[in-house]
Amino acid sequence: MSILVNKETRLLVQGITGREGEFHTRQMVEYGTNVVAGVTPGKGGGWVAGVPVFDTVREAVEATEANASILYVPARFAPDAILEAADAGIRVVVCITEGIPVLDMIKVRAHLERTATRLIGPNCPGVITPGEAKVGIMPGHIHTPGPIGVVSRSGTLTYEVVYALTAHGLGQSTAIGIGGDPIVGTDFIDILKLFEEDPQTEQVVLIGEIGGTDEQRAAEFIARYMTKPVTAFIAGQTAPPGKRMGHAGAIIEGGEGTAAEKIAAFEAVGVRVASHPEQIADLVAQLA
Amino acid sequence: MKLHEYQSKRIFARYGVPIPQGDVAITPEQARQIAARLDRRVVVKAQVLVGGRGKAGGIRLAHNPDEAERMADQILGMNIKGLTVKKVLVDEAAAIDTEIYLGIVIDRARRRAVMMASAEGGVEIEEVARVTPERIVKIAIDPFLGLQAYQGRELAFGIGLRKELVGDFVQIAQGLYTAFVECDASLAEINPLVVTDEGRLLAVDGKILLDDNALFRHFELAEMRDADEETPEEQEARRHGLSYVKLDGEIGCMVNGAGLAMATMDITRLYGGAPANFLDIGGGAQADKVAAALRIILSDPNVRAVLFNIFGGITRCDEVARGILTALKEVPTQVPMVARLVGTHEEEGRRILAEAQMITAATLAEAAQKAVAAARANRPTGRE
Repeated sequence: MSILVNKETRLLVQGITGREGEFHTRQMVEYGTNVVAGVTPGKGGGWVAGVPVFDTVREAVEATEANASILYVPARFAPDAILEAADAGIRVVVCITEGIPVLDMIKVRAHLERTATRLIGPNCPGVITPGEAKVGIMPGHIHTPGPIGVVSRSGTLTYEVVYALTAHGLGQSTAIGIGGDPIVGTDFIDILKLFEEDPQTEQVVLIGEIGGTDEQRAAEFIARYMTKPVTAFIAGQTAPPGKRMGHAGAIIEGGEGTAAEKIAAFEAVGVRVASHPEQIADLVAQLA
Repeated sequence: MKLHEYQSKRIFARYGVPIPQGDVAITPEQARQIAARLDRRVVVKAQVLVGGRGKAGGIRLAHNPDEAERMADQILGMNIKGLTVKKVLVDEAAAIDTEIYLGIVIDRARRRAVMMASAEGGVEIEEVARVTPERIVKIAIDPFLGLQAYQGRELAFGIGLRKELVGDFVQIAQGLYTAFVECDASLAEINPLVVTDEGRLLAVDGKILLDDNALFRHFELAEMRDADEETPEEQEARRHGLSYVKLDGEIGCMVNGAGLAMATMDITRLYGGAPANFLDIGGGAQADKVAAALRIILSDPNVRAVLFNIFGGITRCDEVARGILTALKEVPTQVPMVARLVGTHEEEGRRILAEAQMITAATLAEAAQKAVAAARANRPTGRE
């Protein structure tokens, strides 16, 4: 077991003929992901890395029964591509794209709440269930199957943590980057719920950062509903207020969203917070 | 991206929000002419992209054109929180009865634009939120329906506005929301929205923050950017597609990925150092980008050591190593450097850097400790 993606995943790649799309399609296929179709409007009938290309998502789904999609589509076209995937009935949509306007994401998210589609991202590295499916841009070889669920707002920081977990012999059930934007399709709480229900997952690692209050809400959720231990790390303790730290969502605004308040929220409900990324694996190992 | 007060108010006016008559001056003489044309008391206001202009003496009342010229002369060139005043706005002075607050922000938890109103105008909304949160009325706006009239009325009655002003208030609120959406703003506020002693509503001060990610569809707004919003190094970084924020520590950091860059800054402090900057070279950075990043880091005279933390995924460690060497040829430096490269092509990357006699480390913790030690050893004598 695992969450969101697995051996049954039949993946569709939107924007498959672009430079990024083609490169990562090859990487995902090489990892063993079942990539069944690609979509680029106007490029239907072609092939990329042995995968058939269609003009529309609807056509691709009808022909291949794709049930998940990943987007390598430029920011200005990405909201449209997400909505197209949802309208064709795709259940899990992963959006890698960085730089989508916030007001567009508010509309997309409001619409998706009326559908059965779950959006991961945008501005995220994707989702990987080690040994089964890689739906994203993360380096596959650092992951190994196991009982630790990983959820993060970051990309390379997640790799750093996964790398340390693997080095400690602690494999992962699924690792998910939920994205660094102010409005994302899936929050920490949504993923915590899935990990709590997943029999393979025994422990959860949560990697947050400055900006917003998603970590504080996650802390409340953990206190009320989680039976599995959670270990956290929050990036940005030295970040100054009012400055965006790379991610559009990583900003302390109006005194809200500091690392200190997030760490305090976790510690108040008994979640152990690591003082640096490599220490996460040590804390997890103590309970494994 | 931030807009100036005069830019924000001119945008509001296009959406039917009443603003004071006035104009912008870059010389005291121009300020005098504007005041003469308005022919009444005026306010001379520094146009800089920071708060607290009033406290700094950047907002002054003038009773006649000569006084306006004198005030403008004092304010132009003034330094407010590190920024030089280059423009003043000369506005007719409103006869103020009461001041209210009206603004729109993105509420991340509710995933909606939220309009806020408060009877406590003229002070920062964060301050009101901290001291008297019950005095702020909030309305979440449906992105498909927009701000409905009844929502505007709820805000107006909620802050105890006189009933004869409610109709005008609702129009202003709807105008503000339309401006917010059509500019792709992440914040739009009128503070204060004044009730004049003639019983009219007037947007005396205004502020707009734009969503940088949406500027591709707003060329005319993008052109309004004031270069002073960013330091020269931040501008240089943006030109190279790098994300850089200057801090005041002594350990320069170069990292791929925003989260990892923050974690790298944090760990330098954990081991007793202080980060000189946030710098994310992004995914798949090539040698020239790395070289630009290193030049920017070394342009900061406070930097006593540089820490490279690269987790190779899409980014290749050998590319980064070559970029570091390229930059070092261009900018010879005595600043010690600690490199930690992990992931794609790490052996090749380490081999390249070993030739450059760079300090290397296997873990992030080890790299941070070595960088802190190197920075200490490199402090000028007599300074601790």
